[in-house]
Amino acid sequence: MASYEKLFDTLGLRTWCDAGATGGPMTLSELVSKAGGKTAEGEAIPFPSLDVLHKACGAFPRTRDMTAGLERFFLDVKDPIKVVLDPLTQPLSWALRNSIEVMQSLPWWAAIIILVAIAQFAGRRVGVTLFVLASFLGLAFIDHFGYAMETLAIILVCTVICVLIGVPIGIAMSRSNTLERWLTPVLDMLQTLPTFVYLIPLIFLFSVTEPKLYGIAIILYAIVPSIRLTNLGIRLVDGDVLEAADAFGMTSRQKLLRVQLPLALPNIMAGINQTIMLSLSMVVIASLVSAPGLGTLVLRGINKLELGVGLVAGLGIVVLAIVLDRVSRAALQRVNKMHQPGA
Amino acid sequence: MTESFVSIRNLYKIFGTNSMAMISRAKAGMHKADMLKEFGHVLGLRDINIEIKKGEITVIMGLSGSGKSTLIRHLNRLIDPTSGEVFVNGTDILKLDRRQLLHLRRTQMSMVFQKFALLPHETVLRNAGMPCSVRGEDGKKTEETARNWLHRVGLSGAEALYPHQLSGGMQQRVGLARALTSNSEVMLMDEAYSALDPLIRSSMQDLLLELQNDLQKTVVFITHDLDEALKIADHLVILKDGEIVQQGEPQYILLNPADPYIEDFVGDINRARVLRVRSIMTEVTTDDDGLEILDGDENLELAILRASGEADKTFAVHSDGMRVGTLRMTEVLKALVPAARRSATTKEGP
Ligand SMILES: Nc1ncnc2c1ncn2[C@@H]1O[C@H](COP(=O)(O)OP(=O)(O)O)[C@@H](O)[C@H]1O
Ligand SMILES: [Mg+2]
Repeated sequence: MASYEKLFDTLGLRTWCDAGATGGPMTLSELVSKAGGKTAEGEAIPFPSLDVLHKACGAFPRTRDMTAGLERFFLDVKDPIKVVLDPLTQPLSWALRNSIEVMQSLPWWAAIIILVAIAQFAGRRVGVTLFVLASFLGLAFIDHFGYAMETLAIILVCTVICVLIGVPIGIAMSRSNTLERWLTPVLDMLQTLPTFVYLIPLIFLFSVTEPKLYGIAIILYAIVPSIRLTNLGIRLVDGDVLEAADAFGMTSRQKLLRVQLPLALPNIMAGINQTIMLSLSMVVIASLVSAPGLGTLVLRGINKLELGVGLVAGLGIVVLAIVLDRVSRAALQRVNKMHQPGA
Repeated sequence: MTESFVSIRNLYKIFGTNSMAMISRAKAGMHKADMLKEFGHVLGLRDINIEIKKGEITVIMGLSGSGKSTLIRHLNRLIDPTSGEVFVNGTDILKLDRRQLLHLRRTQMSMVFQKFALLPHETVLRNAGMPCSVRGEDGKKTEETARNWLHRVGLSGAEALYPHQLSGGMQQRVGLARALTSNSEVMLMDEAYSALDPLIRSSMQDLLLELQNDLQKTVVFITHDLDEALKIADHLVILKDGEIVQQGEPQYILLNPADPYIEDFVGDINRARVLRVRSIMTEVTTDDDGLEILDGDENLELAILRASGEADKTFAVHSDGMRVGTLRMTEVLKALVPAARRSATTKEGP
């Protein structure tokens, strides 16, 4: 350690170091060494980390000061950010709260009828519809229906918002190569970051009691495929058909509505299917920040070591995942068939 | 008597990042291969001048890569020229703004594509009605118009089908109906029949000629097939490496090829079937001299048949019941040999 002190001395920075010295409480390792314990002191040349440099020269902050500084920075900018973000995201809280409430207030038979009707309408496949019916009856039989409805309500709201925001972004991205170049790394990052990392800045910004906290986390994570596949789908539209649209004098709006979106629909639907599945995986993790539903039961299983509760809830999530996947896939196949039944 | 409806004047198109700088080189006479090698720019079109007459079928012919598609796309400005002018019905279309251009494409030009380019998710009826619905016209009337044209191209009963349920030939009939529904004066056909089987292609050519007989549209037809070109062309333009090698009446080009490239091109053609009597007769208007009568629009095959082996037979050529010329079988025999081979033999001959 002495080596670094000497270094600062020879560089003639001693006065600068002492002037900038900040007192503050000792770090844990300092306490330990004071108490007579042995630390890494013995090493000849320790790695010049912030803590080590601080000891040699008071002007350097300790790592602890650095993280505390970051926290202070976040707390400082939090209020101005909230001023902008709060009104923007308030509808999300409202939508989540209400849809959960509506789902809960429906009598069980009405909820099942509605869900089965949706499955039939989207997929038009009797087998899939029957499977949906059996799944929900099963969940109701083991008293997990209410939890499943909460999870479903959250997924529904988040998916709708993902589509409403993601498809227009995807369209914009397909029209501008510059935008695509800038957005692609952002989307890559959103998709590769471990899901827990999302939650940290969000917890700073919003209180844990607000539904939008988990709503935003889910949307950020699940929106990526909607954007990506809309962009891809539109870029893959047959150039000859687009040329025909131009030749007959379509405006770019007519082209979008009559050529690009319909021809990109199979890809867009594939994106929505992925968005639904990602919402489900995130809603389970979001139970850490008070998202209701099946995830809370899994969390209870982990926290209190209630193996049975956790396993059954996990199974319920699997059933829900299969239901969502089957139905959205059936809808996708229906669209595909409408486009190229020959293929 | 026929005025020109579309005029292309001094048109140049150069593909590349710095096309404006290349234009002077192209104007100075640089050719496609040199420009590509020395400057990495593609000379798409060089000094194109064509007068397209109203009510005629103008055929643009050339090998693949000769610039046919590039040329036809200048007429509705799917491609903008590097330099030059395009007049449609007296207006310089390069001066049109965005809105006027849309109007031109919606009302004056229709297009038929090699790969059909139909909307796969819409029915045949909706596809055929597309030009009207793009213009925002009334749905009922659009349907009726589309139905009429579908009937006209022989697709009655297929209205509710989707394009993928039809064969290639039938899909192209939808493409044709779509172009006709637009009710535009000019019809652009970019290798419209090149993707079809020979028999279907032939029947589509007949359909086009039959429609043309009634409608007298201004058709610009692109092909790389000389037989097709000779069958339907009123005016033939031959393109090579982005330049016009020769243009004119097909019969004239056949009898007077301008350079070896075209001689090569027309060398393999069945001349007896393509050449017409009026193209090689000697003009006379004198009264009937008791000769056998032959119509001017017949081909030489028929003349040879009628001569039944007499090599010195002479016919009186009539057109619309009037004597227009005299056809000697010796002329017929000469015309059957391509000009290239004729001159080659005289040079090498003993
Ligand atoms: N967008 C483009 N960029 C660069 N070169 C092009 C482009 N479009 C066409 N070309 C070139 O122009 C020439 C003429 O092409 P094209 O008009 O498609 O020929 P054709 O229709 O007669 O087969 C070709 O050499 C082609 O490679
Ligand atoms: Mg072409």
